[in-house]
Amino acid sequence: MADPMRIRAQAQGSGAVVRVLMSHEMETGQRKDAAGKVIPAWHISNVAATHNGREVFTAEWGPAVAKNPFLQFTIKGAKAGDKVAVTWKDNKGETRTDEATVS
Amino acid sequence: MQTRRDTLKQGVAVAGAMGAGTLFTGTAHAFNKNAFEAKSVQDAVKALGGTSLTESTDVTITGPDIAENGAVVPIGAATGMAGVKHLALLVEKNPNALVAVFNVNPAVESNFSTRAKMGQSSDVYAVAIAQDGKAYFAKKEVKVTLGGCGG
Repeated sequence: MADPMRIRAQAQGSGAVVRVLMSHEMETGQRKDAAGKVIPAWHISNVAATHNGREVFTAEWGPAVAKNPFLQFTIKGAKAGDKVAVTWKDNKGETRTDEATVS
Repeated sequence: MQTRRDTLKQGVAVAGAMGAGTLFTGTAHAFNKNAFEAKSVQDAVKALGGTSLTESTDVTITGPDIAENGAVVPIGAATGMAGVKHLALLVEKNPNALVAVFNVNPAVESNFSTRAKMGQSSDVYAVAIAQDGKAYFAKKEVKVTLGGCGG
């Protein structure tokens, strides 16, 4: 099971800035191992976030997103105490969701 | 006896539970393979549904002038335009140009940042694709001292 995501959601102005650090290899499929075989692509393909249970954001990522991806976005109208959940799914079908509270 | 109010409440609860469970099964969350396998910026934008591609000052691309480590380059895309469906980040000289696509939703600001891998010094594009398919871009040259694709 992958390491938990680190999510920081801070109220700023009328919304909340959410910063997420995910733990994932993000293998591009371009590298070869010691034997010369291509290491298959393994990367987060979809990301979604919810605010108090309502979906606010989705994204599709390719292998060019850096290893242990960072993500920052701003939810309008979010205030301290609101719950933000971030979910990722990778191209092998694995998925992970973590939650944070806006501070 | 179950009143109509109770039935409605039950219905909403079931719908809510179903909605939460389908976060990744709708076609809206499918992975756009064609776009991510496109080699050039133009092909990727076309695969995302963009019909034209014009430069615009309404789209902003943020990134460093020089990236010390091509494996981790912080880049961001933002736009002030209304009616934008997707905000995409692309690196022109990467093996596949498209890095990420953010699907704009009225609940979030059209402003996203992440970190990307860059194989070599290249132009980085932020492309905003509007509801009508027109695409607008901004680009910035990012020099890379150490390439990030592991080659």
